[in-house]
Amino acid sequence: MIRERYLNMMVLALLVLVPAYAVLMDEPFTITLASRAVIFALAGVGLNLALGQGGLVSFGHAAYFGMGGYAMGILASHAQNYEPLMEVPFVIEGTNSMPVIWLVAIVASALLALLIGALSLRTTGVYFIMVTLAFGQMFYYFTISWPAYGGEDGLSIYVRNQFPGLNTLDPIQFYGICFVLLLAVLYGVNRLNKSPFGLALNGAHQNEERALTVGINVYRLRLVAFVISGAITGLAGALFADLNRFVSPTMFSWGVSGEIMIFIILGGVARLFGPVVGAAVYIMLEHFLGGLSEYWFIYLGVILLFVVLFAKGGIIGGLSKKETRHAG
Amino acid sequence: MPDSILSVRNIEKSFGALKASDGISLDLVAGEIHALIGPNGAGKSTLIKQIAGGLKPDSGSVAFMGRDVTAKSTAQRARLGLGRTFQISALAMQYSVLENAVLGAVGQSGSVFQFFRPAMKDPALLARARRALDRVGLQDHEDIITSELSHGQRRQLEVAVALTLEPKAFLMDEPMAGMGAEGSRELTTFLQELKHEAPILLVEHDMDAVFACADRISVLVYGQIIATGSVDEIRSNPQVRVAYLGEEEPV
Repeated sequence: MIRERYLNMMVLALLVLVPAYAVLMDEPFTITLASRAVIFALAGVGLNLALGQGGLVSFGHAAYFGMGGYAMGILASHAQNYEPLMEVPFVIEGTNSMPVIWLVAIVASALLALLIGALSLRTTGVYFIMVTLAFGQMFYYFTISWPAYGGEDGLSIYVRNQFPGLNTLDPIQFYGICFVLLLAVLYGVNRLNKSPFGLALNGAHQNEERALTVGINVYRLRLVAFVISGAITGLAGALFADLNRFVSPTMFSWGVSGEIMIFIILGGVARLFGPVVGAAVYIMLEHFLGGLSEYWFIYLGVILLFVVLFAKGGIIGGLSKKETRHAG
Repeated sequence: MPDSILSVRNIEKSFGALKASDGISLDLVAGEIHALIGPNGAGKSTLIKQIAGGLKPDSGSVAFMGRDVTAKSTAQRARLGLGRTFQISALAMQYSVLENAVLGAVGQSGSVFQFFRPAMKDPALLARARRALDRVGLQDHEDIITSELSHGQRRQLEVAVALTLEPKAFLMDEPMAGMGAEGSRELTTFLQELKHEAPILLVEHDMDAVFACADRISVLVYGQIIATGSVDEIRSNPQVRVAYLGEEEPV
């Protein structure tokens, strides 16, 4: 058993070493896999803020993931076709600049989370799960039936978007971008968890009545957490679209919401690195078990059951010593 | 009443055909412990919820520190200085004792939307939290996880968290429940001291405790207050004896 902090450091070190491994072993596909893992991890870090810290079991985070994806898809497709996004009352051009796309993805999914959160946070428990699920599915069917951006077939972007000073088509450089973003978000979320906001958010999760009776507006607190959570997952969606150079309604499907939730449960609910470890393990399982059998989900199911039943706190919880939440 | 901190006027609340509050008026004045007693099902919790903010009365008003708070939420009333403790401890059980107290300080200071500075390193929050823990005698237990505290210590912590708000009045729901004779006596002494800072509205089942510490008692039966008065007045009130004490012979 080791301290959680050292375990987290080891996870980061492994992620840094992936490109070296890929180059040495001459297996470039590993980098693409690792990029997927890092992007999924980012989506999970977003959900973990709502689900782990806030106790808000959102089964509709695919909505923000998809929103981020389509923000990229729409902006980039207009840039690709040299068509402005709109001309009246003023001209907005498409773009293939990653930072601009990220910003749009973050803002769009934050606004969406604000809307969905404001409505669904009036419910609790199973109702909350169902309402968030319903919103996610609403967007799924909307994108399927909306012909402008590919409808059911999705939308291909032929060239990866640009980041100043980098060659984003180089897998290692793109992986670097994703990794640095994950690192920055982890740093921010860690600060957030320890801040008065984080203390109140988790305190309200443990005992709502207490939070209310010390004068905390729990609804507003959770809504802000939900918006930040959605924004992070939206950023991950934009990166995911850029990784595949393709967006489709699948990004909005409830299966994606479920997968993001699985990363968290696998790695450790409310653990900072839970979704990182969970996403990495999930991608590895998908790769290796998926190579063995079409029905690899059966094995995933068994592993998930094992983790839920025997490893309290997921893989991180099973491997690390108990650490007080706000220590250090 | 002239120096009334909390005043309830003609509150009515019905659930279907059941009148849980049937025109209740009640005052909490500075410096007193005012006990609210009544048989099970008399409507005590309904009344407390309407005072604390979880439940809106059908008609009537609640005023706190001279302001009408009938339409205000639980959190808003807390920020105005209404401190509350619960019958079943309402605490963040996975947090340490100190973290619970800091949670109170966060609510009091309105710093909920500070996202970047660590709460457990904020000198102002820590000072306020530790001051409250000192007062209830939990200063040597601040690192203990709350779920590992004894029942009595959890009650103390509840009071400490309420104290971080520097309340103008306390609302305490059965603070003596499950305390044992020794703990009950200590708490009574503490409340006697506390009431000079902020008056206490106390809901309590333990008759001995009520008679030992209350300055005034109100008796609630079937949604109505049938008597309000000093301990002696309540003891000798024939109506109260029939409605309450007669039915539930005090030990």
